[in-house]
Parts: sequence; structure tokens; C-alpha cells
Amino acid sequence: MKKRLKETGRGWLYLLPALLFLGIFMVYPLIDVLVYSFEESYNFASQSYTGVGLYNYKYVLRDPYFIQALKNTFIIVIITVPVSTTLSLLVAYLLSRITKLKELFQTVSFLPYVTNTLAVGLVFMILFKKTPYSDGMINILIHFFGGESVDFIDGPYWAKMMVMCIYTVWVVMPFKILILTSALASVNETYYKAARVDGTSSSRIFTRITLPMISPMIFYLVITGFIGAFKAYSDEVALFGTDLNKAGMNTIVGYVYDMLYGDSGGYPSYAAAAALILFMIVFTITLFNLLISNKKVSIGGGN
Amino acid sequence: MKVVLEHLTKRFPNRNKKIHTEVVAVSDFNVEIPDGLLVGLLGPSGCGKSTALNLICGLETPTEGKIFFDSDDVTDLPPEKRGVGMVFQNYALYPHLTVRKNIMFPLQNFKGEDKLTKEQMNERVMQAAKLVQIEELMDRKPSEMSGGQQQRVAIARALVKMPRLLLLDEPLSNLDARLRLQTREEIRRIQTETHITTVFVTHDQEEAMSISDFIIVMKDGVLHQMGKPQDVYDRPANLFVAKFLGTPPINVFAGEVKKGDVYIGADCIYRGTKLEDREVWVGIRPEGFILKKDGALTCDLKAVEVMGRDTSIVCENEALTGQPTVRAIIPAETPIETKGGNVRFDIKPAKLYLFDKQTEEVLEGIQ
Amino acid sequence: MANEAKKKGTGRGRDRAKSIVTYVLLSIWALIVLFPFYWMVLTSFKSYGSYNSEYVPRFVVTDPTVQNYKSAFTEVPLARYFTNTFLFTIITTALMLVVIILAAYAFARLKFRGKNAVFALFLSLMMIPNELVVITNYVTITNWDMRNTFLGLILPSVTSVFYIYLLKENFEQIPEELYKAAKVDGTSDLKYLLKVMIPISQPTIITITILKVIECWNSYVWPRLITDDRNHYLVSNGIQEIRESGFGRDNVPAMMAAVVVISLPLIILFLIFRKKIMAGVSRGGLKG
Repeated sequence: MKKRLKETGRGWLYLLPALLFLGIFMVYPLIDVLVYSFEESYNFASQSYTGVGLYNYKYVLRDPYFIQALKNTFIIVIITVPVSTTLSLLVAYLLSRITKLKELFQTVSFLPYVTNTLAVGLVFMILFKKTPYSDGMINILIHFFGGESVDFIDGPYWAKMMVMCIYTVWVVMPFKILILTSALASVNETYYKAARVDGTSSSRIFTRITLPMISPMIFYLVITGFIGAFKAYSDEVALFGTDLNKAGMNTIVGYVYDMLYGDSGGYPSYAAAAALILFMIVFTITLFNLLISNKKVSIGGGN
Repeated sequence: MKVVLEHLTKRFPNRNKKIHTEVVAVSDFNVEIPDGLLVGLLGPSGCGKSTALNLICGLETPTEGKIFFDSDDVTDLPPEKRGVGMVFQNYALYPHLTVRKNIMFPLQNFKGEDKLTKEQMNERVMQAAKLVQIEELMDRKPSEMSGGQQQRVAIARALVKMPRLLLLDEPLSNLDARLRLQTREEIRRIQTETHITTVFVTHDQEEAMSISDFIIVMKDGVLHQMGKPQDVYDRPANLFVAKFLGTPPINVFAGEVKKGDVYIGADCIYRGTKLEDREVWVGIRPEGFILKKDGALTCDLKAVEVMGRDTSIVCENEALTGQPTVRAIIPAETPIETKGGNVRFDIKPAKLYLFDKQTEEVLEGIQ
Repeated sequence: MANEAKKKGTGRGRDRAKSIVTYVLLSIWALIVLFPFYWMVLTSFKSYGSYNSEYVPRFVVTDPTVQNYKSAFTEVPLARYFTNTFLFTIITTALMLVVIILAAYAFARLKFRGKNAVFALFLSLMMIPNELVVITNYVTITNWDMRNTFLGLILPSVTSVFYIYLLKENFEQIPEELYKAAKVDGTSDLKYLLKVMIPISQPTIITITILKVIECWNSYVWPRLITDDRNHYLVSNGIQEIRESGFGRDNVPAMMAAVVVISLPLIILFLIFRKKIMAGVSRGGLKG
């Protein structure tokens, strides 16, 4: 009995550092953020509030900046998730068909994952930006094909959104390609051999054998892709600078931070309400995704 | 060193937490393991023999009872203070360390005045390695060696601390048949050279019989018999021990004692016991049959298997229990005259045992 | 016979055409990935004057200059950002390793009351997005007067439930017998952890280390919230600062030089540990 007690003590001792950090920086904040979101007219300096209620949520939902951020975030999610997943599948499929130079192409494909998104975002901005000195690389290409030049960084909304989506896709693809490449490699070779013996065409092999087999991974990527895209923020900063509201390119996460800090900051209650709204959206959509994928994946017969 | 177990008992709580009964792994063990012998702890799987080994080693603490090494009570000592070396079933070699470092590992734990210098450690490691003949493998990793070689490293690691007692848990079960034969001789040799009292656990009776000086047979946590292998084989204390030792196993018939004579069905196979009339289990070792035209026991011949050195006669008898056919082993030179139909045997009294129908304890009465 | 041979021939021809298409498509993809890197290196070697005089930018440098790199280190405190990030990355990663190794060991090897309950709590914390807790953490660090300090930067990033989980799974695969063997030899728990478990789990620990280093090196949001003093900026914040007021908005070549310098460490790290990193990311991919 004494020994058990000693063991228990030791177990908790080993856990202590993790518990301390998690308690202070995760569990407590979770409770706290809920409290904040219901405290009305919270004052940062005096740490006082006037009442408890849903006012913060109402304020946030009526704030035009938040509506803009919500709209931007949804557009980014709806465009980038399907596009990046499809393109990644294509690249992964192409990679699975080659043997020569395979490692080189894989390495190149993965490169964006390890780069600082703020840094490379700056390069993208330079490439797309139109300045008095130069139309920028991309506009020159557009000219070359006979199009009109556009300022993608300070120009019309659709142009900014386009760059935003292109950059997001560029940033998220390496991870997806990597996962899909290993998923494709894990499909047992004998299925392909059997199909070829039966004279199955390669497109049929892909849609009837490969896709169902890797469908769990695809759904996994879609779900994590949704979650990631909803949290979009630093890629936007990289392209349009820290004042995203001015650029009209703010996202929900950006709105949260703006409310917390900076020139428009000092409103942790609004930030908390916005963060919880985001969490609820992500939670609902993930749940929804899981429900759909459970059905489809089981039909697909993947493991 | 002599090991004495006194009323040693280990109970575990049931794994299913809803059931509050306890599982008795070792029950009231009283054993005296003589000094300097190679001892086989033998029993079917799950009989508590590994628990018994863990208790001796100190990895488990007994619920009741005491353990003595010579006259020292070690019951409450942690493993490292008992001076035991242990070889695990899967060898438990550290995969990231070379053979040399694996063997050295226990020495590096020595503290205080026992602390060894680098040179002393190297010397001890080389000694141990030489003993198990792995000097050429010192810089390999465990994954680069065969099962047999890993086994030797594990033994060397256990021996390097110069333990008073060496424990081996199923040392041969992970080896293939050929290596098993070789390794068990190796264990015998190492034990003979070092004179360290050695206890090894096995479920393979042949293994235990072939190399042990002394065997302990247990089942369901209970000690059934101990002694020299040949003595236990020749004079089993009960039906379980008789059945467990020997390949092919003993033939067991439902029989009867009538007026001092032993009957299997209508055949009288032995005359003149001093037992009262009763039903009994009759055990006959395969080598206890003598093929004879007018023998006492009649069986239906099914097959004759020639095995070179001797011949195995497979036949049927209605009174047989536990297995489908009677197996008799006779010398190869014996001519077998019967082709199909009946065979008749006389029974060697020394290979014949009678057991109580209820308690299954052996009944004395056959000379 | 002839017919069959012909058929085979066209089959092979089609295979070749397919393989050419494959390589062409992959090359286009590689070009898209590499172009921004090429452009940033290229621009970083152009002089301010020649860059601004090229209405149609040139794809090669005619008069390469390292002036931009000099300005990157002299006109903005790039070296400072660099040291800060370096220190932040090393300390955070090291502290995290200590914390998660101890926790993973407790979960994997020790028996204690309440273990399952705590572990369930840990697992449920894995679903909580960082964005939700950042608000309070910001307030906490501000109240502790730790804005613009290394401690303030580091503390909230020290634990990762996911890595504890990953490491615990790995620790559990180490056979129980090894622990028993070590016990028989009188090895203490701590020594067993240091001498046996950590070396055996080295691949996983390296994976975690690499992932954490990448995460730290690129972190932007938390440092932005918690620092407004240039002396405590990390490279990501530095880049943003440079972009908004560093060299004057138009000195693109100097900016690109700074970007190259900032991107280089991780790219070098990646090229050295390519296989480990890719295997690690795909294994640790469950991170959500």
C-alpha cells in the first residue's frame, strides 16, 4: 500500500510541469474566454464590467468589419480547400507514376512547408504588385497573353481575393501532397496487378481502386483543410500588411487579434465573443464533415 | 546458494474490476532449492511459474510467505539488492546499445564501494562474453544478431554482476528447434562452469528433464512434485505429473482392482496388489508394453510407425481416456507378427501406475 | 504475330507519351513552387537602381551586388531579430522536450491513481484551437508584466498535448521486459528514462524537435501580440516591420535580401534532414 502511494506521488511529480503549463495556458484560458465573452463593457485598465449577457456577441455580429471578415474567411475556405486538395491529388498521383527524379520533385514540392509564410508572402506581394516603376511580374505575364493589368495588392476586391487564394493554396499544398503521396504508396500493388490482368483502363483503376482506397486520407485532409482555412490570418498579413480592415481583407482570426491588440484593440470581450463564434463554426463544420465522410468512406470501403 | 520459499503466496486482484475475487498465481509454496544446481521450474502455460520466478527475483512482492537466500530473509529487498541475474523470455536487450554496452549496463549501476573502474568493468564484460562465447560480436547491435546470439548476450548480461542466483524465464521458447537443443546444452555448460544456482522456467517437460539437476512441477499455482528428473518421472506423485512428463505421454486407462488384481476391461494386467477393490486410473508408460502373442492386454492394432531406433505401435482400447489411441514403444528388433486385428501386450510393472479415481494421487501397491 | 508486335509498339509509344506528360506537368508544378524562391534570390542581388529602372524585370542579374545584404544587417536590426528567434526557438524547444518527455513517461510507464482521467483530459485538450486561449494568455502575460520579455514569448508555447500523445505512444511500444531487466539491475526510474527510453525513442524525439523548431522559427501571431519593442521581435515580426517601415517602402532588393537571410536557416535544415522531416511531418500529420 505504501508502495502504491509512493508510485502515485511519483507519477504526479513527472506530470507536474505539463499540468502546470496546461493549466495556466490552456485550461484556465478556456474557462476565462467564456467568462470574458459574457461580461459586458469590460474595461481592460480597471478590469471591471457592468453586466453579464449576450451583448458582446450581438455587437460582434453587427460589426461590419466582422461581417467582412466572415465573408472573406468563407470565400477563402470554399475556394482553397477543394482547389488545393484536387491539385495536391494530381501532383501526388503524378509523383506516384515516376521513378526517375522522384526524390527531387518530392523535395521541391515540400519546400514551401518549411519556409516562413511571412517572408515568402512578401515575395508574392512583390510579384503581384503594381507600382509606379513596374507593373510587376504577373501583370507583365498577363500583358504578354493580351490581358489588362490589375493591381492585385491595392486594387479591386476580386483581384486581392485571387492573390489571397493563390498564395493560400501554394502554402497548404506541400503538406497535402506529402500525405497523399504516402497514402498512394500504401495502396497494395497487387490490386493494380489484378486490375491490369482484367484489362482495366488506367482512369478506371484510378477512380475505382485508387480513389476509394485513399478516400479516408482525402477526407482527413479536407477536414483539417477546413479547420486550417478557417483560421487563416498570417498569410493575409504577409500579403496585405497588418491593417487588414483597411485592405478589406481581414479574417475572423484577424478580427480577434485586432480587437485584442493594436490601434483598434483593448476589447478582450469582443475578441472572446468572436473567437467563440469561430470555434462554433469550425466545430459545426467539422462535425458535419465527419458525418458525411463516415458515410462516404464506408461506402468507398477504404480502411 | 540455497533458496528457500516458505508458504509463498501471491494473489492478484482480478483484471475485471467488477469481480472482486482474487486470482491466486502462487499458492502456499514450500520449496528448498539446493545450492549449485540447475533447477527446472516446470508447468503448463499460465500455471504461475513466471510469477514464482518474479517473486524470487523481487519484481513482485509476495502476498504472504517468505523468501530466504541461504539464511538471509530477502522478502522485502528490492531486486537490485538481492544479487540475482535474470534472463527474460524475449531477452530484453537494449536495442540501441551494442553488445558490449548491454553487458556493461548492470555494472554501471553499482554505487559506493562497489563502484568499478573502467578497466575492471571491461575485464568483467570480457569474462562474461568469453563464458558465453560471443567475444567476436561485442560491437554489434541486438538487431544484427540471431535469436541464439541474443540469448547468449542476455545470459552474459545477467552473469556479469556475478549474481548469487541466475533466473531464466522460458529461455528457449523463442528459438527454433535446432537452436533450442544447442542452447540448452549451452545453458547446462555455463551452469556447470559457474556453479551458480540457476532456476529456469519452462513449459516444455523435455527441456526441463534433459538438463535439470532438479525439477519442480507446478500447476494452477500449486506445487505438485519436486525432485531429480528421473525420480519424478519414475515415481510421479499424481496423475497430473505422470501425464505431464514424458513423450509420447503416458497412456491412461479406466481400470479396476478386484481381489488385489488390476483389470483393464476384462483383461487382468497385474496380479497381487495389496489394494482393496476399487476403481482406479491405470497409467502405463509407452515403453512399458511388451509385445507378446499371449499377452495380458488386448488392443485393436491401427498402425505401426517405424522410427528407426524403435517402433511405435498405435492401437485402440475402449478403456483408454484422454487421448484417442494407445501408443506403445517397443524395440525395433521385435518382430511384429500381427497384421491388423488384435495385438496383445504384457505390462512392465515398473512402468505401471495406479491412481485414485477421485484424488488422482498415486496408489502404492505395485512392486 | 506482326499484328501483336505492332500493338505492343503502340502501347509502348502511349506509355512514353504519358510519361512525358507526367514529367512536363511535374516540371510546371516545380516551377511554380520554385519561382518565388528564385525571384527573391535574384532580386536580392540587384542593385536598388537597376531594380527600379527595369520596367520589365529581368530574369538574370547583370551586375550582382551584396549591398542589399549589407543594408539588411545595418539599416534594420536583422541580426537582432535573428538572435532573438534563435534563442526563442532553442529555449522553447528544449523546455518543451523536458516537459513532454516527463509527461509521456508518466503516462506510458508509471502506474498511478487518476492516470486515465488526466489522460482523457489531455486528449480532449487536443481539440482546442490556439485562437481560443490566446486572448486570456495575452491578458495573463500582460498582467505578469512579461510583455517584451523572452519569458512572455516562451511560456505559453512550452507544452504540446499532441507531442505528449505522440511520444507516449512511442514509449509504450518499448517492451515492459526492458524495464524489468533494468529494475533487476538496480536502475533508477530516471536513469532508465535517460539511458534507455530516450535513446530508443530518438527518431520520434528528433521528429518532434524538428517540427517544433519549424513552428517556433515561423511563429508570428503570439510574438506580434506580446512584443512591440523591436529589441524583442522575432524574424516574422521583423519582416513585417521591414515591409511596413524598414528600408522605406520601395527598397525591394533590400527587403528580398532580408527575406533570403530569414528563410535560409530552415531551408538548409530541411535539405540536410530532408527524409527525417518529411517522414516526421507525415507521421505527425494528425496535428489539427
